[in-house]
Amino acid sequence: MADLTRLTAAETAERIASGDVTAVEVAEAHLARIDAVDEKVHAFLHVDREGALAKAREVDEKRARGERLGPLAGVPVAVKDLFTTEGVPTTVGSKILEGWIPPYDATVVRKLKEADVVILGKTNMDEFAMGSSTENSAYGPTGNPWDLTRIPGGSGGGSSAAITAYEAPLAIGTDTGGSIRQPAAVTGTVGVKPTYGGVSRYGMVAFSSSLDQAGPCARTVLDAALLHSVIGGHDELDSTSIDQPVPDVVAAARNGEVSGLRVGVVKEFRGEGYQAGVLQRVDETVELLRELGAEVVEVSCPSFTKALAAYYLIAPSECSSNLARFDAMRYGLRVGDDGTHSAEEVTALTREAGFGDEVKRRVMLGTYALSSGYYDAYYGSAQKVRTLITRDFERAFAEVDVLVSPTTPTTAFPIGERADDPMAMYLADLCTIPSNLAGNAAMSVPCGLAEEDGLPVGLQIVAPAMADDRLYRVGAALEAAHQARWGHPLLEEAPSL
Amino acid sequence: MPGISREEVAHLARLARLELKDEELDHFAGQLDDIIGAVATVSDVANEDVPPTSHPLPLTNVMRPDVVRPGLTPEQALSGAPAQEQQRFKVPQILGED
Repeated sequence: MADLTRLTAAETAERIASGDVTAVEVAEAHLARIDAVDEKVHAFLHVDREGALAKAREVDEKRARGERLGPLAGVPVAVKDLFTTEGVPTTVGSKILEGWIPPYDATVVRKLKEADVVILGKTNMDEFAMGSSTENSAYGPTGNPWDLTRIPGGSGGGSSAAITAYEAPLAIGTDTGGSIRQPAAVTGTVGVKPTYGGVSRYGMVAFSSSLDQAGPCARTVLDAALLHSVIGGHDELDSTSIDQPVPDVVAAARNGEVSGLRVGVVKEFRGEGYQAGVLQRVDETVELLRELGAEVVEVSCPSFTKALAAYYLIAPSECSSNLARFDAMRYGLRVGDDGTHSAEEVTALTREAGFGDEVKRRVMLGTYALSSGYYDAYYGSAQKVRTLITRDFERAFAEVDVLVSPTTPTTAFPIGERADDPMAMYLADLCTIPSNLAGNAAMSVPCGLAEEDGLPVGLQIVAPAMADDRLYRVGAALEAAHQARWGHPLLEEAPSL
Repeated sequence: MPGISREEVAHLARLARLELKDEELDHFAGQLDDIIGAVATVSDVANEDVPPTSHPLPLTNVMRPDVVRPGLTPEQALSGAPAQEQQRFKVPQILGED
């Protein structure tokens, strides 16, 4: 039998539905692949072997009884360790939650289960989703399957590495400043940040509540759409969830077409700091869009140059507030409770022991930005920049249907290269952050390998809020045109593990 | 903007309930100074006539009917607690001796 781990999610679902393979066979093939390669990749923090096989058996029984199966029934998925999973450890990549077993499921997890998707386990991530390299995980870094000495992106590096290494056809990520799209770009996969509010945040461990957004990671645009349609939609448990139907992203992915579409190229996202090989592949892909019949124009969004600065005030401010819940009283680690310390001292000792450097840095940065006397200059100004960025997008979308840019300024950098230089690390999310601040929808699709290092380059596509289907229309058209040129999917050029 | 001193980092750490070690104070002082220097540029473009945006969605208070629904059991709610007693979270002493 051909290697089941090489199939797309859509193919896997079809073969299970037709009885060609069983869901148990598919789950076993992926668990065997994890056993074979994850020691090198370290994409997973926890593999739920029994849970996955039990769900797969349930799918096979449903099929045997002639029950109608959903579009992803029996397909394995890996879930970022930021979603609560009932009975399965959830650590958010942090020591402060080591060994914590949540008593309830996040809405995304509940929806996956209801759709008969098989959850393989929890993937590695930067602690509390703070980072762009997965080096900030308290459990050690993840390697990029293209070159294990390089970063797989962050904070969802485990999710992107799992699909790149064929350990799972699908994964769930979260994107606060680019944590789905940047890993997708540097691993040559597809990553989508849906419209803010388009996927429920209930049961996600909150980092920056006005920016955090769950979304799909996949190897193809259609697979991402299938997963997006399973997890998307209104949730009354999340007061920021949009009460509107999710656009038909699956139909858009099946009908990739850009003829007559107006595409804006963001002028501000090139120049100093951008790798030549990245810009070359992005320019070629823009040319490809033109050949496919799109109308391409340059668009200026001048406030985008301030997005990174605004983000590194807003996100730490919200994180300093959200992470106050880690006080050692109700769950997680407790340090110093020896009868000689007060509750306040136990909290401080626990947070010192349980949080890593990047989390401490951001908690203090947020505390500073929100403190009396600095609030207007920092947090208040950052919120005004957010208004200007939103206006830039509105002006741009009055002229064009989608915007495109590089997803990241460079390809995957070596593990350790930026570890001691926070500002250098923050630059990895330069192009992705504006969409988080404005709340619109964005995707990264592979557009080839950079000439100088042979590593994947991603193109970012941005659409207005609740127009997520446009991302899939453009992404699918590009995917088909690129693969016709390359003769195969980009990932087939990755070295075997 | 003023630089961040070691004492200011110690003050921030106290406010943020972080019992930082001495070497961390030096380490973070330099890094926070660099970061704050870089992000302070937001004030260049933030004119008085620009309204602030705190959230991408126009948020309204979401109310639901006041109906009793099943929630976590006390055992479930306490399942992750570092210490518990008589179906309650057991915490270290809050008040000092005096």
